[in-house]
Amino acid sequence: MFKTIYISGHITAQGNLVSSHPDGQVTISTGNQRLTGWPVARLLRGALGAFALAALSLTAAPSVQAETLLNVSYDPTRELYREYNEAFSAWWVAQGNAAPTIEVSHGGSGSQARSVIDGLGAQVVTLALASDINKIAAAGKLPENWQALLPHNSSPYTSTIIFLVREGNPKGLKDWGDLVAEGVEVITPNPKTSGGARWNYLAAWAWAEKNGQNPQEFVGRLFKNVPVLDSGARGSTTTFAQRGIGDVLLAWENEAYLALKELGEDRFDIVVPSVSVLAEPPVALVEANIKTDEQRKLAEAYLNHLYSPEAQALAFKHFYRAWDASAASPEDVARFPALELVGIDHFGGWAKAQPEHFGDGGIFDQIYVAK
Amino acid sequence: MGRPLIHRSPMPGLGLSMGITITMLSLVVLLPIGALLWKGASFGLGNIWETVNRPRVWAALYLSFRLSLLAALFNLVFGVVLAWVLARYRFAGRRILDATVDLPFALPTAVAGIALAALYAPNGAFGSLAKELGFTIAYTQWGIFIALIFVGLPFVTRTVQPVVEEIEREVEEVSATLGASRLYTIMRVIMPMLTPAALTGFALALARAVGEYGSVIFIAGNIPLRTEIAPLLIVIQLEEFNYDAASAIGIAMLLISFAMLLAINLIQVWSRRRIGYV
Amino acid sequence: MSDTPLAPLQFRSAIAEPRAARWALIGIVVLGLGVLLFAPLIAVFAEALTRGWAAALASLGNRDARAAIKLTLTIAAISVPLNAAFGIAAAWFITKFDFRGKAFLITLIDLPFSVSPVVAGLCIVLMFGANSALGGWLVASGYPVVFALPGIVLATVFVTFPFVARELIPVMVEQGRAEEEAALTLGASGARTFLTVTLPNIRWALLYGVLLCNARAMGEFGAVAVVSGKIRGQTASIPITIEMLYNEYLSVAAFSLAALLAMLGLITLLLKTILELRHADQIAATYHH
Repeated sequence: MFKTIYISGHITAQGNLVSSHPDGQVTISTGNQRLTGWPVARLLRGALGAFALAALSLTAAPSVQAETLLNVSYDPTRELYREYNEAFSAWWVAQGNAAPTIEVSHGGSGSQARSVIDGLGAQVVTLALASDINKIAAAGKLPENWQALLPHNSSPYTSTIIFLVREGNPKGLKDWGDLVAEGVEVITPNPKTSGGARWNYLAAWAWAEKNGQNPQEFVGRLFKNVPVLDSGARGSTTTFAQRGIGDVLLAWENEAYLALKELGEDRFDIVVPSVSVLAEPPVALVEANIKTDEQRKLAEAYLNHLYSPEAQALAFKHFYRAWDASAASPEDVARFPALELVGIDHFGGWAKAQPEHFGDGGIFDQIYVAK
Repeated sequence: MGRPLIHRSPMPGLGLSMGITITMLSLVVLLPIGALLWKGASFGLGNIWETVNRPRVWAALYLSFRLSLLAALFNLVFGVVLAWVLARYRFAGRRILDATVDLPFALPTAVAGIALAALYAPNGAFGSLAKELGFTIAYTQWGIFIALIFVGLPFVTRTVQPVVEEIEREVEEVSATLGASRLYTIMRVIMPMLTPAALTGFALALARAVGEYGSVIFIAGNIPLRTEIAPLLIVIQLEEFNYDAASAIGIAMLLISFAMLLAINLIQVWSRRRIGYV
Repeated sequence: MSDTPLAPLQFRSAIAEPRAARWALIGIVVLGLGVLLFAPLIAVFAEALTRGWAAALASLGNRDARAAIKLTLTIAAISVPLNAAFGIAAAWFITKFDFRGKAFLITLIDLPFSVSPVVAGLCIVLMFGANSALGGWLVASGYPVVFALPGIVLATVFVTFPFVARELIPVMVEQGRAEEEAALTLGASGARTFLTVTLPNIRWALLYGVLLCNARAMGEFGAVAVVSGKIRGQTASIPITIEMLYNEYLSVAAFSLAALLAMLGLITLLLKTILELRHADQIAATYHH
């Protein structure tokens, strides 16, 4: 008898019935594998039939007993989580568990948060800004105090904003103050669409405050020197590195090192300003999307293991400033120069800074008000 | 106004064709757009107006619609010539040209944007040429114009081409035997036949250009008031989780586009009546 | 005129443009397409091949890339026939019957184009997302639309909605109704009239519509990005995967996939050429009565 079953998420499979289980689940054979799941109601089968084969072909032999986990993350963490997922899976299996299926989704931090709010079934979110996770919390998907649940403000790794300049630093740019000079072109993404660019803006603001300048006026002058506002960090890197526009790129430290590695160390130099920001990309468990106790165990282990020396070493390797250097290779740690770092608390937390600076009609918008 | 809603006709399939049309239209287009309008309605007309009535939003809308119109006009002229050449002339490489016409659709918009930016940036193949001539293309309004031409290019060609292919040669022969010059035949006999299709293509190219985001964003510069397109404003509002404001700008764009498309379609119906069936 | 009979060459030139005009037009077209289309295409292929053929091909064999290719082909295989069926029905309804509000109806069909893809995705999320009444119910029943294949297909059908209908309408207007009316008077059934009279007349337009629809269905990014959830190997179509790879500094892999997408367009062209050759006699008939 031909049956359609529902395996997990939105994955269905079709095949001949092998056996029915007392809990209502059935096992089918699709020809090359046996799958167990809940039978799909007869009425819906027709509609699903068209999608089922496609969906089945997309899943690489789902292991039925093993738990699945979806980590919804932001753009620059791909390399990190690719390695971390492998390391974590190996560790999880070594603890006597079945090999988990870990899926990842990457995109802009804000739009990823929006997807989770609109129903993307992530058990774990690892985003760029705490304000994005706050939005998910506001939608009732996780507790309001989520940031207190894990060490270091739920941020297993941190990063900062630095300058990438052309080889030999022809314009002699040393610190934020040099960027507002006449004729200097600064490349940064749009703070309205890019989480990283908000940090760029705040870092400039912090420098101006500490150096006795009017921060609002300083940031205004800085953005007057920006010829292209790309929508994301990667777009800005391309504009600067491949299109040859601009004298300095404001970038995430990890992105800058990655760009250096990928696009040629001999073409660019990294300049570290006197003051920058302490960006804390937070992680959280999405309560509302946890289906079983086993899945909760897996998700909690996934996040907690990020703080293990082994995972912290991975973060260092991928150019993040992590907390525990005990297992990291010394050269990965030595890479990061010390500089004065200002956290988001300095700006009153995201709940205050976000609307004040980047909200509709906020300080950033006023830079561009029509004369 | 005593016209019946639907004239009686001996043609079969009224129920079937109307049924499929209305059902699909409702499910795929009207329901989702209805959801958008519903969102807007709950936001309130006053709030929508307040969101839209700002210099920056007007600047973006003006930029988007002006450049889209210019790009669609370019595509109208170029597309008709291209359709004619592809359908009528036989020359080496015709099939290759024919193949690439659909390319702007096949390439994901972001890839197109990146490729165009690479070419037209000051260090790119065409950009460096333009730089020597003293102007910049990428990251200015010219860049947006080029990207909009690119995304709308296939429409006019692909709507006019089948019409050219179906034109009965007798019509042209009759015109020629009656002493008309070739130019006269083209302008007075062939062009009117192509007009409905060309207008259709123009309308589609225009509509597509207005909504285009992915490719423009890479070549536009995105500086507020200067090179910021309207769809970017929507994305910005979404980044702030401001669905209401995003819907408001979306609705404003929808209304303007709808009015423009309706005008073009009315001109088409009117010109068809005036010219009559060939 | 002398009384020598018209030479075939002169006869043909009466319905063709002068040689100079013809070559000028070809020149304009080649130049225009060269700058606007070929240059970006070459740029894409050049990027894909910066590290050689082997690297480009290897990147296509990757698990995520294969999954993306399968997903994109599935999307096209579902949404293109849906649009073709809709297009034929809508074009028949609009051109074979007279009714009020025709321009309005056509404008409604055009509407999806003027909706920014991002807004199109947003519309679908507003309608079927977990926070809407309908979407909430669907998710609760275990059949989520958004962030799953149905939502991606819906977004694709939305953005490609007008293609086939808008290709067919001008051609069917141009054809008029006389031939169908004649067939019906002679006693042919409706279905037979459509298959033997209408379909042969609109076959090119239908083909172009399907080609465009297919190309756009495979290449759509904006709307799909909003509703896909971007899960690697599952809901990431080719364009989404390209963006992911590009953001990972894997330009060779990203542009190889982009080149593949462009090549898929060439495959549809191959089908068109085969059709053209099979119907060569009929084409000849229309060209040289």
